[in-house]
Amino acid sequence: MTVRMAELCMAVTMTIFSVYLMYKSAELPIGWIEGEGPGGGFWPFWLAAVMLLSCGGILFNWVKRKTAVAASEETYIERGVMWDVGLVAGSLIITVALFHWIGVYGALPLFLLFYLKFMGRHGWPLSVGLAITIPVVTFLFFEIMLKITLPKGITEELFYPIYPLFF
Amino acid sequence: MMEIISLLAGGFAVAFEPLNLMLVIIGCTLGLFIGAMPGLGSVNGVAILLPLTFLVPPTGAIIFLAAIYYGAMYGGAISSIMLGIPGASTAVATTFDGRPLAKQGMADKALTAAAVASFVGGTISVLLFTFFAPPLAHVALVFGAPEEFALMLLAFATFVGLGGDDIWKTIFSICIGLVLSAVGLDIISGEPRLIFADITGFMHGINFLVLAIGIYGIGEMLWTVEENHKAGGRSMLSEATVTVKRTIANLRELLGAWKAMAMGSFLGYFVGILPAAGATPGSLMAYGIAKQISKEPDKFGEGAIDGVAAPEAANNAASTGSMLPMLTLGIPGSPTTAILLGGMVIWGLEPGPLLFTQHADFVWGLIASLYVANFFAVVINVAFIPVFIAVLKMPFTILAPIIFVLCLIGGYAPTKDLHDVWLMIIFGIVGYLMRKLDYPLAPAVLAIVLGPLAEPALRQSLLIGDGSFNIFFSRPYSASIMTAALVLMFLPVFKLIYDKMKKKPQAAEG
Amino acid sequence: MGITKRAILGLTCAFGMSAALAGSALADAHGGWKPKKPVEFVVMAGKGGGADKAVRLMQAIIAEDKLAPVPITPVNKPGGSGAEALVYMKGKNGDNHTIMFTLNSFYTTPLRQKALGVDITTFTPVMRMAEDTFCLWVNSDRKDINSVDDFVKEAKAAGNKWIMAGTGKNSEDNLLTDFLNTAYGLDMKYVPYKGGGKVAKELAGNNANSTVNNPSEQLGFYEAGKTKPLACFTPERISLFKDAPTFKELGKDFVYFMQRTVVGAPGMNGDAAKYYNELFTKVFNSEKWQTYRKKKALVGPALAGDALMDYWKKERDIHKKMLIDMGAIKG
Repeated sequence: MTVRMAELCMAVTMTIFSVYLMYKSAELPIGWIEGEGPGGGFWPFWLAAVMLLSCGGILFNWVKRKTAVAASEETYIERGVMWDVGLVAGSLIITVALFHWIGVYGALPLFLLFYLKFMGRHGWPLSVGLAITIPVVTFLFFEIMLKITLPKGITEELFYPIYPLFF
Repeated sequence: MMEIISLLAGGFAVAFEPLNLMLVIIGCTLGLFIGAMPGLGSVNGVAILLPLTFLVPPTGAIIFLAAIYYGAMYGGAISSIMLGIPGASTAVATTFDGRPLAKQGMADKALTAAAVASFVGGTISVLLFTFFAPPLAHVALVFGAPEEFALMLLAFATFVGLGGDDIWKTIFSICIGLVLSAVGLDIISGEPRLIFADITGFMHGINFLVLAIGIYGIGEMLWTVEENHKAGGRSMLSEATVTVKRTIANLRELLGAWKAMAMGSFLGYFVGILPAAGATPGSLMAYGIAKQISKEPDKFGEGAIDGVAAPEAANNAASTGSMLPMLTLGIPGSPTTAILLGGMVIWGLEPGPLLFTQHADFVWGLIASLYVANFFAVVINVAFIPVFIAVLKMPFTILAPIIFVLCLIGGYAPTKDLHDVWLMIIFGIVGYLMRKLDYPLAPAVLAIVLGPLAEPALRQSLLIGDGSFNIFFSRPYSASIMTAALVLMFLPVFKLIYDKMKKKPQAAEG
Repeated sequence: MGITKRAILGLTCAFGMSAALAGSALADAHGGWKPKKPVEFVVMAGKGGGADKAVRLMQAIIAEDKLAPVPITPVNKPGGSGAEALVYMKGKNGDNHTIMFTLNSFYTTPLRQKALGVDITTFTPVMRMAEDTFCLWVNSDRKDINSVDDFVKEAKAAGNKWIMAGTGKNSEDNLLTDFLNTAYGLDMKYVPYKGGGKVAKELAGNNANSTVNNPSEQLGFYEAGKTKPLACFTPERISLFKDAPTFKELGKDFVYFMQRTVVGAPGMNGDAAKYYNELFTKVFNSEKWQTYRKKKALVGPALAGDALMDYWKKERDIHKKMLIDMGAIKG
């Protein structure tokens, strides 16, 4: 995909999103209520309308090839970059999904191991070491010191015996 | 005057008690680290460590919390500069120039500037606090919704001109930030608003941090992954080094930023006093004004030292300022002081106009410890700069997963809702894709910070004023701030016309 | 470093699994339930508000007197006038480690937003810690207003230019404003702000003409002589404001309280409910809490179990009627 093509796709997506925001804002009164000022939907509705207008401007520039990105025929995301960025973004999405199921302390070591070993091509000792140290430090800093409990999913009960050691 | 000095001396005696001194040092260090975490700012630090303070007497407790507050203010700049992720809304403006400096291998310069500016801001504001507290408290009291809106408009006005070359994309970015800030509850009608797909997570609105960590954390890191790929896997976040020679050179260069720092300190202090505003608008306005008064405004956004110094001086000054209405009126000037206020109630101290007379030792002990905390915060901060620089030198493939972990947990911690983490990832990916297409994203972050302050104030004002805009011009404070905002907003237009008129004759001559 | 930590984690995990099994068996045999992990204390309001301050005080009392083996961690869920908190609690069905601190939005929000599907009678009653009171306040600069009669005269003259500041639309403050408007034939304009502290400040700064704040929110300004109470919505006079009559004395039989109650998740284990009941009885009786109640003019004895549930049902019906009267919901 060229940058020019991507610019068009993004502008069209954002046009649709703006319209959706306007539609959603209209659930509350979008007009001026006499003696009170704007209704609850006024602010988001008209701002979304300005978004729509600027999407129009972006599309106009695209047609006229006025901006650098609108004229560029270079590749938007090169294959190699797409692979790297896609892997990172994908692994983040999987990690957050795993938060729900096996919790932070199940998902973080897997993420770290994946990133360090397979993305970073570091050795096993370093990868495994960090994959364990970082969650442990996280636990001590957030849960013990700051008392912010992080999601644990099905690993919840494993932590019951650990708490009395600290509190 | 003499009376104030003798009271202050008494305060110093309190602050230098061994226990209190120890609390200051521990508080500053803890605050520094909490503030340096993306997602955790002074609010979280103070709220979380509040229960710890019951082990010490009230004066010790407030000193401890004030030290955390100060430490976190210093720390906020660290993640802004090193990672480009503002840890709290107060540090947003610091990323604009701090991050570019770090990228150019001058992280040490940015960190030093932030530390020194914070110290200057802190010191000037504490001096102002010491000598001009009561008269200013009155201003805070009469500051109502119309004044608040005027102030927000002024904050926006100082930012005219920030953003990219593509005017449509800049407008789009501001508007999307403002619309997203409207998600949640419409407090005027009491109705839920923009609850997409009826997901309950949207009910608490979209926290500024979710967008900021998404764009500056996840998005920026994806961007760096791309650069790293292009550089064959050898890129680093920053290659700065710390040497005595460099530090002296940095400090010398900082002398040139005195104007920005002084302006930031005074502005920050006065904006900080105003209720509900807090340090965020103060630091943003300081950045905007520093750019306007600078001789080289074009350097802003690409690594101007003034662009780091002004907002950092301002946010520290504002954090002192926001303690003024808290102590004298019992009104919190910022979310953090709201929690400090809660703490004081728990310790059995009633904040309010009588506090200064009934608990003079407490008040002056606090003021004195602000001086002390400020001193220790800068020392501890500077001492850690080489450590932070060393951290930045770790290979990207080790640093990146650690930063991602910080982002994920930082997105979760403020609301303890995984919904926000999902949103953050979406903002990160979409932000990355948009950034590749030259959409400026800083305006969106600014808008989501200021939007929730501006909209209710506007609607409350109009409600009071029967739907007429006259209310903004019929009140002295509001009218003057409003005028300043409008002048500032149209200044670039006048400038443009002026420049054109000047150019024409030249062209004719040529 | 990594290796030792890894070893420790491995050990603790292994130890943990066996101990968890043994522990749960032990607890059942013993009968006495105790929390096994940090307890989430959900607050239906934002950080720094009245409810939040009370929660942080209770958290502090529990931590300081070591009343619980685990920390109690406050979680603010202010979204949608408490809707977010209620839905969250509903989702925690059967959970023994989640409790919530409620206000009157506990009644009004499910009534107004039927789509939430929240039935408050399914929640586990733990303990009512206090009832907060309400008074009618004006700025002390108004030397011409010293009684409700003066207030009515001035407010009537001002018509809809009279600004009543309150916290949120359809909130407790709004209900009381509507009551005053109806009872005295007034046309005051209700302007919602975020949080009671802000409201108190708007009055002290003369940006509003009157408020119906809780004494706790207005107290600082009252003591500084900036605002004054005209009358209170209580059955008897509040000892802090001896000179302010009750509306009952003035011939308007209207009493209104805000509950400050600890609620457990729906379907909470009976032993767990008993544990929290005992825990909060200790908190309630602590000197710190009693001082706080006295200082903030909080009333209402502790209430627990079925008595609390009956109280909720009664209050819910009262609020339903009020909401219908003000046109916020249909019957």
